[in-house]
Amino acid sequence: MVPLSWYLTFAAALFALGLYAVLARKNAVAILMGVEIMLNAVIVNLVAFWRYGNPSDIAGQAFAVIVFAVAAAEAAVGLALIISIYRRRETVMAEQIDLMKW
Amino acid sequence: MDFFSLLAWLIPVPPLLSFFIIILFTNQDRRLSHLVALGAIGLSLLFSWTVVFRALGTHHFAEHPIAVSVAWLPTGDSVFRMGVAVDPLTVVMLFFVPLACFLIILYSVGYSNYGKPLDQRDLPGSPPHHGVEPMYSRFFAFLSLFAGAMLLLTVADNLLLLFFGWEIMGLCSYLLIGFWYGRNYDDSNQITPRQAAVKAFITTRFADVIMLIGIVYLYSEAGTLNFREIFFSADIMNHLLHTPSLIGGLAAAHLIGLLIFVGTVGKSAQFPLHVWLPDAMEGPTPVSAMIHAAAMVSAGVYMIVRMFPLLSAGGGVHGGSPTMTVMAFIGGFTALFAATIALAQNDVKRVLAYSTISQLGYMVAALGIGAYVAAAFHLMTHAFFKALLFMGSGSIIHGVEHGMHHTNEKLDPQDMLNMGGLAKRMPTTYWTFVVGGLSLAGFPFVTAGFWSKDEILADAFAHGHWWVFVVLLISAFLTAFYTMRQISLTFLGDARTESAAKAHESAWTMTLPLVVLSFFAVLAGYVGVHMDFPVLGDMLGNNPFEHFVVGTLPHHLDGFEFNWTPVLFSVLVGIGGLGLGWLIYGRRPLSAGQPDPLVARLGPIHKLLVGKYFLDEFYNFALVRPAKWVSEVVSFLWIDRVIIDGVLHTIARFTMRIGAGARWFDKWGINYAPDKLSDGIRASGYSFRVIQTGRVQDYLLITLTAVIAVSGVLFLMLR
Amino acid sequence: MEAVSAAQIIFIVVALLTVATTFLVVTVRNLIHAALWLVATLFGIAVIFVLLDAGFMATVQIVLYIGAIAILIVFAVMLTRRVMQDVGPQSNENWWLGTIVAAVFFAAISTLLWSIRWPALPGAVVGDTVLALGRSLVDPNQYVIPFEVASVMLIIALIGSITLALPGKQSE
Repeated sequence: MVPLSWYLTFAAALFALGLYAVLARKNAVAILMGVEIMLNAVIVNLVAFWRYGNPSDIAGQAFAVIVFAVAAAEAAVGLALIISIYRRRETVMAEQIDLMKW
Repeated sequence: MDFFSLLAWLIPVPPLLSFFIIILFTNQDRRLSHLVALGAIGLSLLFSWTVVFRALGTHHFAEHPIAVSVAWLPTGDSVFRMGVAVDPLTVVMLFFVPLACFLIILYSVGYSNYGKPLDQRDLPGSPPHHGVEPMYSRFFAFLSLFAGAMLLLTVADNLLLLFFGWEIMGLCSYLLIGFWYGRNYDDSNQITPRQAAVKAFITTRFADVIMLIGIVYLYSEAGTLNFREIFFSADIMNHLLHTPSLIGGLAAAHLIGLLIFVGTVGKSAQFPLHVWLPDAMEGPTPVSAMIHAAAMVSAGVYMIVRMFPLLSAGGGVHGGSPTMTVMAFIGGFTALFAATIALAQNDVKRVLAYSTISQLGYMVAALGIGAYVAAAFHLMTHAFFKALLFMGSGSIIHGVEHGMHHTNEKLDPQDMLNMGGLAKRMPTTYWTFVVGGLSLAGFPFVTAGFWSKDEILADAFAHGHWWVFVVLLISAFLTAFYTMRQISLTFLGDARTESAAKAHESAWTMTLPLVVLSFFAVLAGYVGVHMDFPVLGDMLGNNPFEHFVVGTLPHHLDGFEFNWTPVLFSVLVGIGGLGLGWLIYGRRPLSAGQPDPLVARLGPIHKLLVGKYFLDEFYNFALVRPAKWVSEVVSFLWIDRVIIDGVLHTIARFTMRIGAGARWFDKWGINYAPDKLSDGIRASGYSFRVIQTGRVQDYLLITLTAVIAVSGVLFLMLR
Repeated sequence: MEAVSAAQIIFIVVALLTVATTFLVVTVRNLIHAALWLVATLFGIAVIFVLLDAGFMATVQIVLYIGAIAILIVFAVMLTRRVMQDVGPQSNENWWLGTIVAAVFFAAISTLLWSIRWPALPGAVVGDTVLALGRSLVDPNQYVIPFEVASVMLIIALIGSITLALPGKQSE
């Protein structure tokens, strides 16, 4: 039997790695990948809590489905933004996208 | 609303509309402008006379007058109604006002030199040299407005609507007297049209304000301004009569009457507010005719005739109420006073102006002694012969100016001493002028002026107003005298200047009105011959005028017994005045350079008369200069400079002290800390702005660092 | 400590592999490779869902993430290929800070997780969760409104993506 904390630790590890990607990677697509990993970690958490809570209460899975939908939308919009920026500025490097600079 | 009520409504409309049409649309086209003005007043004439003949054909018209009104202004628990009413008095006005206005406008076509090319020397605002009037269309617009206002006043069924017309006429007289606003004279003492316009406006305005106070007072006491509602309601009349007024001893009715009468004093140029009228002669001559015959001055008399039931309230019908006493006094005095001044005037129009004042004084005095019908009668006949005389004088001036144009002489074309012998040069003008003059002088048994004047004198005689009778008799004598003097100086003998010798008859548009008016100046008198007058009384229908007009009054007005004495006196003064004038002026007409024989005979009195009793100088001394002194010294130097400025400067200084203190406090007390704070925030902003890299990842890093730090702190604290 | 069960062994192996592939995703220089490793990571997570008795979640994970999002990312990588820098550092100058933050985050969460007594796995057998999930998403008393809001959001995201990705007039 796998304790709940293992799943949570696993999800935390995935989240931390995703966070690292978001913070440290130069490429916007890579950052997007990090975001997807973080979202996945969240879904893992949700499903794990559902399983170890009351499985007949379907709320955890329903929430997970919503997060899936959000992830899909986020991926679509994020990638469209990246394409658009690429088209306008010939770059996908996050550090070069700094129009909001002081 | 039946047909005649509708017509009554429509009477003042065409000229008022024509004013706007001319001003807005046809002002570029002279021909169209005068056609519009003539058409409009012609339409009014048609409407008026339709109503007039319908009224004359109605039995007991006075009991069933035309009256329509609309709710105009809700005033609390009642509604102020505006409307028109045509009763016998209005019918009299509607008979001669539109006719006179029509003829005046027709006359203006010729007077403004229509048909001649525009003279290049002529500037707008100065009289034309020989070409057409530069502001031709504007002149007809003003005349139309004037006529419309007069008709509005005539058909008004309440005092407020009457006052509207009254004020519009005041404006028009200002505009028209000052029509040649650009005119200046070499002699700086001679009043210019500008000054005359301002003088007329301010003088009548002064009177109108007092009249307005009277109207307001009347409304507050009676609750209505409708003539019939007031006069035919015993309750209201009793209330007015028995309410003590603000001024002790006078009933409300009397005070209101006096206040309203002041309006007439201004408008009809009675002493002491008559000073504007002679100067109003600075306007173009049709304007003089308009003001002195058809419209403005008649309006003043019409108004008191209209208000007679109120004015006579509290006394007998034949005088006795305080208002009537005042009227009789002022009217009689004005009649004599103005007649004496007219003796010594040399300006052809000024003589007529003073004669107008005198004749208006007649009417006012007639009303003051209760000669209601006679006053209305004289109002009508006077309108005809005075319009005739003014237009005749305009024709004379025109002729002399024409002569001046040929001879290039520099002289005053209005000075009778520069004329003479015009009878041969201008026959139509001569004969019509003689008719008008005889009518004014009261040439017995033929002219209209005789019958109406005789009516007034007979009334005064019959009711025992002796001093009025005597005063009016003397002024009638003087009137006849100066009329003869004027005719002689102008037309008889030989020309005293080259220009007069070169004068020629005016255009048909000018002479036709003269002929028409001279017709009325004779015939209009026969409607009012006393019924007991031998032969004529019966023949002319037993004084139809009196029977018709007297119905306007709410109470019965007794006639008076026919008596030969006043007729005799009347004939005597008329013939006597004319005869004396003939002896002095007509028999041996003046030759060029000869002084006026009156100068020698009257001596210093003549100077007094020429100077118009120096009343203008007196007003100038007593009113104008003190007013200037007050405004310059008291108002400006003392009140303005010392008191008001002093107070203001003190306040200003005090305020500035407070301001300085507040500023110090503001700077050091209030602003110091926030200023430093904002400086600090700005400085820290400069320091911290390096973290604003514009890169999402940097922001996220900072955010997360903060989140972790705060979470850690919270975790440690909560544990 | 009791003996390690088969499920635990499977979990440990899958979890370690997944974390390893994730590490590769966030560190490899070549983005195509990273995308491929991402597919592996997502697949590993799907396995974890199966271990959690959430078969539907696992299916959705594979169909949606691997089938749609990962492919989308691969396409995006290829579309922006021209400016991809396969040589040189793939991390910005603050990468060490990111590392520290991520590490501290992981350490803190782990410490928390391990300090808490979590409930044991309930013994009850999970029934047909797909049917319950489907019903709950259209049940007015449960999650129909979040479901509908999510669907509207998806539509908006779709339209927004198309609009954003369409070539602008200025760029022509």
